[in-house]
Amino acid sequence: MVGIVDYGFYIPKYRIKIAEIANQWEKCADKIERSLRMEEKAVAGRDEDMMTMAYEASVMALKSQSKIRKEIGAVFIGSETFPYAVKPISTSVAEWLDLGHDYLAYDTQFACKAGTGALISASALVASGDVSHALVCASDKANAKPKDTLEYSAGSGANAWLLGTDNVILELLGWHSYSSDTPDFWRRSKAEYPSHAGRFTGSPAYFKHIMEAATALMKKQQITALDVQHAVFHMPNGTFPLKVAHKLGFTREQVGHSYVVPQLGNSYSASALMGLVATLEYAKKDELIFFASYGSGAGSDAMLFRVTDKLEERRKSFEKVIADKVYITYGEYMKYMNII
Amino acid sequence: MNNTHSIIGYYSTPFGELWNKSLDDLILEAFEGVLKVTALEKEDIDAVFLGNMLGGVVDDLLLLSAHVAELTGLHIPIYRIEAACASGGLAFQSADEYLASHPESTVLVLGAEKMTDVGAREITQALAAAASADEQSVGLTFPGVYGLLAQIYLHKYGYTEEHLASISVKNHAHGVLNEKAHFRRYVTIDNVLESPYVAYPLKVLDSSPISDGAAALILTNKNTLVKTHASAMILASEIATDTISIAKRKNLNSLEATRIAAEKAFDTAHVERKDVQLMEVHDCFSIAEILALEDLGFWKKGQGGARAREMSTSRDSGSSLIVNTSGGLKAAGHPVGGTGIKQIGELYLQLTGQAGERQVKTASVGLAHNVGGSGGVAVVSILGV
Repeated sequence: MVGIVDYGFYIPKYRIKIAEIANQWEKCADKIERSLRMEEKAVAGRDEDMMTMAYEASVMALKSQSKIRKEIGAVFIGSETFPYAVKPISTSVAEWLDLGHDYLAYDTQFACKAGTGALISASALVASGDVSHALVCASDKANAKPKDTLEYSAGSGANAWLLGTDNVILELLGWHSYSSDTPDFWRRSKAEYPSHAGRFTGSPAYFKHIMEAATALMKKQQITALDVQHAVFHMPNGTFPLKVAHKLGFTREQVGHSYVVPQLGNSYSASALMGLVATLEYAKKDELIFFASYGSGAGSDAMLFRVTDKLEERRKSFEKVIADKVYITYGEYMKYMNII
Repeated sequence: MNNTHSIIGYYSTPFGELWNKSLDDLILEAFEGVLKVTALEKEDIDAVFLGNMLGGVVDDLLLLSAHVAELTGLHIPIYRIEAACASGGLAFQSADEYLASHPESTVLVLGAEKMTDVGAREITQALAAAASADEQSVGLTFPGVYGLLAQIYLHKYGYTEEHLASISVKNHAHGVLNEKAHFRRYVTIDNVLESPYVAYPLKVLDSSPISDGAAALILTNKNTLVKTHASAMILASEIATDTISIAKRKNLNSLEATRIAAEKAFDTAHVERKDVQLMEVHDCFSIAEILALEDLGFWKKGQGGARAREMSTSRDSGSSLIVNTSGGLKAAGHPVGGTGIKQIGELYLQLTGQAGERQVKTASVGLAHNVGGSGGVAVVSILGV
């Protein structure tokens, strides 16, 4: 069965406290922390971008897969902070990874679900037998206009997913995608920072699309929230994923391991998948993981995974890695994000 | 000839962030809704009075009269009335004037506003277009104006932000019972005090929201229609104006336009303050309700803070005067052109025993108070049954 053979992630070591940003703008830090349910966010350094982070995550994903490296027939990278408007990043990363040249490559964009859409496409290529393995990365050095509310949550991070049919750690049991023309968040061509429509990003956008995708997948798979052990949702802030989980009937415990946004922020296309990475540190054989991403514009990709006994040998340490961090000031943050 | 003008029907859309409704949708729903509840045909209507503030600024829609004609298929006079947040109240007052010179007539009064299709910055700027040009140019916004009024009031009479917060607590409690309200949840004093500042000393929960919504009334002086419908009489509807520049006001602990409009309305209606059991007042910010109760002559100047803290106008207070049973602008929502109509509509429902779960015990006289441009215009209307 098609599934995930291996995975990797990259979280930059720099963190900025929500309070540091709030104090900069003379806002009440405690109120913002409480409202967003966030404490800090990860920030890529000045010499890091979505390319370097995608590479780092991919290196981890392929570390134990040297034999498969040359068999990868598709390389997809999802992001909303590509450094080029025209020029693929997927080929750069594939080149640095020394994957050879017989692969299909493209970059995908669909706001925060750019990576998960690519993951579904890649799974179909693998399932059809057209390619034996595919590498999918999600990576963002998410930026926000200074003083915009997004500035508190937009973070940095990347993850990479090797798909195949043999030896998988996660079986992809099914998926459902729900999409509509809902302009809740966007970045115009040549614009430096994204725009968003305030609370419109909530009920008609994030909640509507995740609810539709998730309930359709549950129906397809004939499961309820009680049947799965772990639930993972896109994390634009600390409030939304808990709310949508509750609406769908999941408990706080089911979401628990994936809920990394209070410490890491929203790494856009890598956000929901980072929740999956965090969950894999604890998931056990035969457990079910329910997953739903969200991308503004808008759509949600819901997926259901089953953990196999192979996870044990490829499990990655996550909590220990993210605990290794360095706090930065607002001035350093501006510098690292290349704003000044 | 009948000299009595009566309200014979009311309909309101829900108020709130109605993402899937345009200004057209809202106008049409209110128009068709009020005809349906009164079992009237559009041919029974002799004129339409439309209260709308921002159509020309936010939606690029001027000449709303013809726009409404197209939506409704009407060819009768349609008057678009703009008086900032008092657009609805002034549309009602204008309709009442129309009936005075048009015997055997029936008019439809509709207030509508679409506010959530633009961001907070744009809508704040659009609303500020109703402030003095000089004061706009130095950055004064409506929250800023009311923040100044609140600072002066608290300082002059020795009150605290907790006194202001009581207004929001009361109005949110009332809004819970209003199925059309933007917010149907309780808030506590602590919730209000802990909410972020908008313009010191006013916080998010001292402030009415940006809402979409529309409301419509049918007014008539035809005896035949009054007899066949639940009706409330218009005892008075009076307007007063004042300088728009805050710097040119005589004082800032009172809205002169409210005071003058109230005096005129009580004179016209031949009722006393003690006769009024219900009021819908313009609580765009918590301080505004305190000033309103004082300027309308119900509370002595300077006592409003204490009376607010006692929740003396809450439906649970046992008081003979209950204020903002709809939830006020704070909880019911504030689609600016629609607000003045909703206020009158709420009084109509209460006075005719149609207010459902939030129906107060017997009430025979109600007052509505609608303010535009932080006191540049005030409309005070008194209804009775």
